[in-house]
Amino acid sequence: MSNSVSASSGVGLNFGRIAGRVLVLGTLALFVLYFLAPLFVMITTSLKSMPEIRAGNIISLPRDPSFEAWRVAWQEACVGVECPGIRGFYKNTFLMVIPAVTVSTLLGAINGFALTKYRFTGHRLVFGLFMFGCFIPHQAIILPMARALGMMDLSGSLWGLALVHTVYGIPFTTMFFRNYYISIPQELVKAARVDGAGFFRIFWSIMLPISAPIIIVSVIWQFTNIWNDFLFGASFTYGANAPIMVALNNIVNTSTGERPYNVHMAAAIMAALPTLVIYVLAGRYFVRGLVAGSVKG
Amino acid sequence: MASLVAQNINKAFGGYTALDNVTIEAKSGEFLVLLGPSGCGKSTLLSIIAGLETLTDGEVLIDGELVNHLDPKDRDIAMVFQSYALYPSMTVRENISFGLKIRGVPKPQREEAVQRVAKMLKLESMLDRRPSQLSGGQRQRVAMGRALVRDPKIFLFDEPLSNLDAKLRVEMRTEIKKLHSILGVTIVYVTHDQIEAMTLATKVVVMKEARIQQIGTPQEIYDQPQNTYVARFIGSPPMNLVPGSLERSEGGTFVRVASASEALHIPVSSDLGRPADAGREVFLGVRPETIFEANRTGPEVEPFRFDVKLDVIEPTGSDDLAIFDLGGQEVTARLRPGSGTAGEQIALAVDLNKAVLFDARSGNRIGNVR
Repeated sequence: MSNSVSASSGVGLNFGRIAGRVLVLGTLALFVLYFLAPLFVMITTSLKSMPEIRAGNIISLPRDPSFEAWRVAWQEACVGVECPGIRGFYKNTFLMVIPAVTVSTLLGAINGFALTKYRFTGHRLVFGLFMFGCFIPHQAIILPMARALGMMDLSGSLWGLALVHTVYGIPFTTMFFRNYYISIPQELVKAARVDGAGFFRIFWSIMLPISAPIIIVSVIWQFTNIWNDFLFGASFTYGANAPIMVALNNIVNTSTGERPYNVHMAAAIMAALPTLVIYVLAGRYFVRGLVAGSVKG
Repeated sequence: MASLVAQNINKAFGGYTALDNVTIEAKSGEFLVLLGPSGCGKSTLLSIIAGLETLTDGEVLIDGELVNHLDPKDRDIAMVFQSYALYPSMTVRENISFGLKIRGVPKPQREEAVQRVAKMLKLESMLDRRPSQLSGGQRQRVAMGRALVRDPKIFLFDEPLSNLDAKLRVEMRTEIKKLHSILGVTIVYVTHDQIEAMTLATKVVVMKEARIQQIGTPQEIYDQPQNTYVARFIGSPPMNLVPGSLERSEGGTFVRVASASEALHIPVSSDLGRPADAGREVFLGVRPETIFEANRTGPEVEPFRFDVKLDVIEPTGSDDLAIFDLGGQEVTARLRPGSGTAGEQIALAVDLNKAVLFDARSGNRIGNVR
């Protein structure tokens, strides 16, 4: 980008170059509008009252912005016959996401460490199987997983759902950490072994402290996937144990009389907020971490 | 301080033989250098001594005790790696004391040991920095500090100077030699740099393709190379190998070397000239500095004079390297500056007391010329 800027300012500007620039920027601006339009509609609609929404123009700014719909969505939105709002489901989801993300990231890190620095016979096969795990679709594991949860007496519970997400996430986190650790020199581990450190000591004291970029990648990936999951949530939980995405679906589908679009929009924004916040805070590390792993690996 | 024996070491990776029945021994306080090109197995041998690599067959003994099945940490060794392998997230102090911490040494003693080593290696002002904030030479020092602080039985160095620039390498070489003479420790040192080997070692092991070629002091390796491989590997420029054949006449035994004008007949020791040896193809091994201007013969020198046309002169400042053709082979002589110019015909002499004879087919040393 800096190249094109210096090139155009260094040499005299001509018409063709300006026209090209306008075309590129104009196209980009159009796409920005296109991609931001839904968010705009969601936010404005959530701030409007129902009479204003009924009046019709969905892209107009709210005449009298109010957070009433947000309060209703949080505290009183109806899910089926009960109207508890989404707050309980919010808490559910955090209770399920945090252990699932933590455990799957930690296990992925240990796996990646073992696969790259403690090569054992058959390590290629094991990594191949992990890779295979990345390609198993969600739908394929629902029935066996339901039986397994039943046998473990975890059916319908948040812990069961956390376990499902942990297991399903391990192949991905393993792949992330394996690709990151493969670029870490083997001599580091040898030096630590000569110094007297064992497997877990090396992992804790030497590998984990230099893993920040890939931990961020793994956490973002796992957090967004698990937070946004609907299928597992709908399959393995019910009622008050449902995660936020299932609850959102139920709120939107609960129709008695008029559909409160403003409440739906407010609930949808709140449901999407944690993942948005994570991306804004750590997004640049995400791209950096992904690139670091792939280029060096 | 301890002795080390690695006996009949074999190592195979799948079908590939990395070490073929290798035996080395380092006495207490010895500086043993494993020298060879990349892929000769020297680093594998070091890893086996360290316990980082398993061996297919053989025995490793430290102070007479069999350590084959001991973990690296239980062998009481320390190792310095080519990439230094400093722990990136730890400060210099933490890097140096990590091994002590794991071994449960209390903090006051740890700090004392760190200070002692830091002083020895001039690292006192850098103890709180991280490796990324250090220069290559400083990192190298930290890596040495990490090895020194534990006061192990044996030090292992795996090409520790290869990542440094030329000037720093020479400085650190001297540092290592100094440390060895002060501490009197046993060191096994791997390198592909023959100058490092010559300058540091009390004993050199020259390796090639999984086998040992020769073991000896630097001077023995230099003066009496066991075969043409060692002769070419050691010395810069290396030993000249002039092709010729053995001949016998009433006057004695000679090496006949084909030359542009008439063949040279270089007299050699008569016990090299058994009847069966007549006509045997040989190489005459001559170090560049044993060839000199014909009018500059010293007292202990046994000169053989010959005339050559100089092809190239490469001045190095202290000497001129003169390159000419002898027996169809390019030969380098280390002459005094200004001894001749390219294209000039010049009378040279070679000191036969320093020349070595090799069998052309096997490459093995037959014996000294005199």
